[in-house]
Amino acid sequence: MDFYYGLAQTMGIHTLLGLSAYIVLLTGQVTMAQAAFFAVGAYAAGMLTVLGGWPILPALGAGGVLGAATACAVGFPALRVKGLMLVVATLAFGEGVRLFFFNFDYQVAKGDIKVGPLGGEGFRQIRYFQENGWTTGEAMLFIWGFVVLAMAALWWFDRSRYGAVLRAVGEDELAAQSVGVNLTAVKVSAMTVGGAIAGIGGGLYAHYTTHIEHANFNVLLATFAIAYPIVGGLKNVFGTLAAVVFVQAFLIEGLRFLGDWRNLLFGALIVAAMNLRPYGFLGGRRA
Amino acid sequence: MLELRGLSRHFGGVKAIDGLDLEVRKGEIVGLIGPNGSGKSTTVNVIAGVFPPTAGKIVFEHQDLGSLPTHRRLQHGIARTFQNIRLFGQLSVWQNLWVAQNAPGERARRGFVARWLGGQTGVRAEIAELLEFSGLAHKQDELAANLAFGEQRRLELARALAARPKLLMLDEPAAGMNNEEIGQLRDRILKLRAHGITIVLIEHVMELVMGVTDRIAVLNFGQKIAEGTPAQIQADPLVRKAYLGGI
Repeated sequence: MDFYYGLAQTMGIHTLLGLSAYIVLLTGQVTMAQAAFFAVGAYAAGMLTVLGGWPILPALGAGGVLGAATACAVGFPALRVKGLMLVVATLAFGEGVRLFFFNFDYQVAKGDIKVGPLGGEGFRQIRYFQENGWTTGEAMLFIWGFVVLAMAALWWFDRSRYGAVLRAVGEDELAAQSVGVNLTAVKVSAMTVGGAIAGIGGGLYAHYTTHIEHANFNVLLATFAIAYPIVGGLKNVFGTLAAVVFVQAFLIEGLRFLGDWRNLLFGALIVAAMNLRPYGFLGGRRA
Repeated sequence: MLELRGLSRHFGGVKAIDGLDLEVRKGEIVGLIGPNGSGKSTTVNVIAGVFPPTAGKIVFEHQDLGSLPTHRRLQHGIARTFQNIRLFGQLSVWQNLWVAQNAPGERARRGFVARWLGGQTGVRAEIAELLEFSGLAHKQDELAANLAFGEQRRLELARALAARPKLLMLDEPAAGMNNEEIGQLRDRILKLRAHGITIVLIEHVMELVMGVTDRIAVLNFGQKIAEGTPAQIQADPLVRKAYLGGI
């Protein structure tokens, strides 16, 4: 049973990551920085519970706030460029954040052992769930509580006028501007909300794996973040969820019996899925 | 109301507009005509703030617009439509008008949260009125991309009106329309003028331009070669030469 709980936890966290890219993709911007906001949230929340002795909820909240602040700060300069240039700019930023954590030491003695991030060694012993006697099932439900919350919030967001404005910007920036939409404000706020979701997701991730290191937050994770909403479709938030289930449960776990062949098939099946459903599983505008 | 003083816009070596002076008075319909590539659309784009002028000034209601971005110019009351229709194709007709609810003072009048939710009666009534005006009420839930060409033109006009502009710039609104549609467009333009909206009309369909405008400015190679009433323009030898090539 623990295997399924573990899988459900991974899927929940990847859904949050995908949702953080979903809202940015709605505005037509392709961001490769979501893994960086995820990392900021993971390290921040982990340090607050382990070193600061905070309870989990405020620590996750702080992770979300820091993720949002980072996204807002990087959004202002980065969103001045578009298309491929934005991809390159956010990619560079993401790598910068990863390398920062590669070199980030902040250890404090706790009893006989030292805890905290230790550069390339990573940050071990983020054991809030275990110390407080949470079972894997409980931790899984806790994570999915956030997933449901984030999906509900984005669903409502999508249906508000703000959601229509985001999609309008994604379709035609010049036309959106000409009807009075402030492009910078819209793009940066979408990025900020995405950063908050990624930050909370990162905080949850740190606590369920108990050990994080810079290599967890590489380009591959950033690619997954935008792949979910694109493969799933931008029609609504359920596309992202469907893509996470497809990738994590089917491609990664379901095909594990294929051994090394799985990795070959992985890419081929994603390509096949995109060819069969070019607008994503649930449809919607092309990203 | 609107004054262009020595306005120029160069793209590399190409002088799309070259020292243009033009005045548009309140309540007027001013036609802007000229051969293809004479700088008409560029003029609209510069006034709307899509790109800054290379030289010269744009003064709107005694205020130099300087380098204000497009969305701020809308707050001053300048709206426009596009030569090649630019709707939000994957949004419904209703949503296209919803997104455009950015009239000056809107923020103060309705408050941030109310605007955000936008479900309250004021906004709905205004959108309903725009739908009525453009004859699209029965299509309000269709995706804009699925509308017929003439309907898309009408929706674009309605979307530009959503901000309750003082000055409306129409960039070839009759392109691709049949005679019946042009007649309806003419009625709509006259209705807007009756509402006190000043209009700059770029158009190749001469019967429309000659029929509704008070004054016409003729551009050629980015310069104004003539200005006057429709009758004066029709009689102007320079204009005939620019259009027909030295006959």
